[in-house]
Amino acid sequence: MTDTAKKNQPVSQTSEWTFELIEKYHSEIERIAGNFGLSTYPIQLEIITAEQMMDAYSSVGMPVGYSHWTFGKEFVNTEKNYKRGQMGLAYEIVINSNPCIAYLMEENSMPMQALVIAHAAYGHNSFFKNNYLFTTWTSADSIIDYLLFAKNYVAECETRYGEEAVENILDSCHALKNFGVDRYKRPPKLSLQEEQSRQQEREDYLQSQVNELWRTIPDKGQNESNDSPLRYPSEPQENILYFIEKNAPLLEPWQREIVRIVRKISQYFYPQRQTQVMNEGWATFWHYTILNQLYDEGLCTDGFMLEFLQSHTNVVAQPGFDSPYYSGINPYALGFNMMTDIRRICEYPTDEDREWFPDIAGTDWNETLHFAMKNYKDESFIGQYLSPKLMRDFKLFALNDDDRSRQIEVSAIHNNRGYQQVRSTLSEQYNLGSNEPNIQVYDVDIKGDRSLTLRHTQFLRRPLDKSAYEVIKHVARLWGFDVKIESIDEREKIVKTYECSPPK
Amino acid sequence: MAQIVDRRLNGKNKSAVNRQKFLRRFRKQIKKSVENIISERSVTDLDKGEKISIPKKDTSEPFFHHGQGGHRDMVHPGNKEFKQGDLIPRPEGGSGQGEGGEASDTGEGEDDFVFELSREEFLQFFFEDLELPNLVKTKLSSITETRKVRAGHTSEGIPSNINVVRSLTGAMGRRMALRGPYKKELHKIEKELIELLKHHNETDRIIIDLRERIVYLKNRIKKIPFIDTFDLRYDNRIDEPVPTTQAVMFCIMDVSGSMGREEKDIAKRFFMLLYLFLTRTYEKIQIVFISHHTVASEVDEETFFYSRETGGTVVSSALKLMASIIQDRYPTNDWNIYAAQASDGDNWHNDSKICIDLLNNNIMPFVQYFSYIEITPDQHQNLWDEYTGIQSGWDNFAMKKIEKTADIYPVFRKLFEKREA
Repeated sequence: MTDTAKKNQPVSQTSEWTFELIEKYHSEIERIAGNFGLSTYPIQLEIITAEQMMDAYSSVGMPVGYSHWTFGKEFVNTEKNYKRGQMGLAYEIVINSNPCIAYLMEENSMPMQALVIAHAAYGHNSFFKNNYLFTTWTSADSIIDYLLFAKNYVAECETRYGEEAVENILDSCHALKNFGVDRYKRPPKLSLQEEQSRQQEREDYLQSQVNELWRTIPDKGQNESNDSPLRYPSEPQENILYFIEKNAPLLEPWQREIVRIVRKISQYFYPQRQTQVMNEGWATFWHYTILNQLYDEGLCTDGFMLEFLQSHTNVVAQPGFDSPYYSGINPYALGFNMMTDIRRICEYPTDEDREWFPDIAGTDWNETLHFAMKNYKDESFIGQYLSPKLMRDFKLFALNDDDRSRQIEVSAIHNNRGYQQVRSTLSEQYNLGSNEPNIQVYDVDIKGDRSLTLRHTQFLRRPLDKSAYEVIKHVARLWGFDVKIESIDEREKIVKTYECSPPK
Repeated sequence: MAQIVDRRLNGKNKSAVNRQKFLRRFRKQIKKSVENIISERSVTDLDKGEKISIPKKDTSEPFFHHGQGGHRDMVHPGNKEFKQGDLIPRPEGGSGQGEGGEASDTGEGEDDFVFELSREEFLQFFFEDLELPNLVKTKLSSITETRKVRAGHTSEGIPSNINVVRSLTGAMGRRMALRGPYKKELHKIEKELIELLKHHNETDRIIIDLRERIVYLKNRIKKIPFIDTFDLRYDNRIDEPVPTTQAVMFCIMDVSGSMGREEKDIAKRFFMLLYLFLTRTYEKIQIVFISHHTVASEVDEETFFYSRETGGTVVSSALKLMASIIQDRYPTNDWNIYAAQASDGDNWHNDSKICIDLLNNNIMPFVQYFSYIEITPDQHQNLWDEYTGIQSGWDNFAMKKIEKTADIYPVFRKLFEKREA
């Protein structure tokens, strides 16, 4: 064995981790990531125990969160699975904050820690910092402060108004949390102090607005011709929670604040729901690339690499549709393979690639990848970059399931005739807008019984699930008066209505 | 540069509050589940946690989403033989493909939300708002007994309590500390001496002085005592009051031919519950098993539950034995006495009167609680009628009839339900 064969000594020989080793590996990873041009928030690595990981897990990865039974349920569930050994705990949780917090679990071996550092602290972190959805919709600087504010506020309400009252309102808000998202507006950045000082102001103002809207004493002489058929709101509104927060007649100020908290947090997670494939693909691509670089430089041992590869392979496995393990397309697998494929197209394009991707074939792969990471979400990313080669590798096929015909049709497969359609179908599959029912606030009977009407515009004749009967109860509880949902079809004909009165 | 923070020592039970909230929210369902478990579980393993399952629909949180129907296109991986235009029959029984691929395609029964309740939580639910009657017995609050417990070390004590390791560690430390300055100087002078000897003779004044100084320093070092009274450390023991919360529980069971396996099984569970319950309240519990047919004997647990006897029934024999055991071994000012009797209610006719006397005079005045369960699917038997008289005379006497295993829990609760103070 000659020392000249390899320039470097491996950082460690055994799989045990220590703080010094983490630091050493981290600085190597940092260097490599820097060479690849990854730009990140400052990093905070936190060593935690398995129990703490379960805690974090069950509060959707938030380091602080208000308390509610649903998180308890998650915890109980996670704990059960973990104890039975059905599930290795997620090896990474990373928080979109500045500094970016990544958890390292005490029980993991050194290769796993290095994997997590590369994956979470550099992969996800750079995605959070650079992807347009995240930069537009979340403010990494203030999220921890806001969560803290929310936790304290909810706790305060519990002592003041009773746990049950708070639980009720939270239950109702949670039922609507996917409908508490703005899609076209940028939320302001607020720090904890500002948030608190503004809260009181907002409380008073909001209530006065509500009072104004629901005023029953007629204005003197003005606008008497109010039999115009104008609706309120004049345009349908898609952010139902926002509408409730601002307009529900009977909510107490503190209840409005809680509606707002749920809405805000939902908004914060909205980009994550739209970039699962990209985000995981990006992080997985980089942990793979960085650790391989580490290995090529002789900084880690063969054993290290084998352990890493085993874990990596598990993560990116994609069972076929007929496998008992199949549960949809694995975002890690699809994302990782697409990222790798883009690199391949840039570096070693085939004729097919030149035909399909004339813009990127033969360009600098790192630049191309960064461009894609910054400017796309899952839907558009797949629509833009899914290559015929990958469709063949995955053996993707599209099904057309129409309840008017007795059979399901295979509408396209991975061949020349089918590529376009498979790709656009898959892309559509990641479009949150069509995955979630389109329900908007349509009308409020201001002058009459104050009832609220929501409109569900059917998409491809898909009906609402029967859970709508449950959700509408929650809407009624928040609104305080009768609530109606009308499902309308393509010709604007009402095909179904759901009605509910508030609990007495 | 990354910051590395060790958070392992931070609290780990961040979710405890949420867990409690979850348990509280589904308390009704969990209780029901616990009740079922009590009636189904084997007797010997009651005292542990439990897997609780509650209907999933109760725990699910509703949200707006698409139901089945309408038109949808989906992409799946792993095509083998499909060609464009192939027609596939729609899978039976619905939701092969939920949106987002989250639905369980394996068709596994997913009706229940299942989770583990720890032993403590399980028993908490089980014993909830139960309370032993007349718990204020004699010595529960008054403290008479103490025991010695270790409480660190002191500098005073008796020789037999000397802690050698501690004392010597202290001595060593003291020696090092006191020697330090002398040693330092000694080293310095010895070095100096070696230097000086290169140019001077042994007889030179300066050398002699140094030699003297060295001797002086060595003496000082030698004079530091190896061990000093000051170093001695003694194990410290202090008296800690021990509340005498001890109880004895008498289990009396009819093992005559008329008691079948099933009846015994029910009785067994009842005793088990009583025992568990007492362990929650008392630190120390003794159990006396008395089985009887025409004659009574004190037996061990194994025999009590599993031996088979035949013959008639004379209940008074057991009561007599119990009364004498109380007198011999369990003075009432030291012991809280509980008794549970299980029988199918059959008794030799002329014996019932004797039972009443024994109970009234020799047993009821001394026990905290006497519970009688009659295990029979039929009408009340003759013992029941006799005991009815006792029940009216003593409020620490309770009786109940149990027909099947599932009755145990409600009856048990009834027996020990919270009483008005």
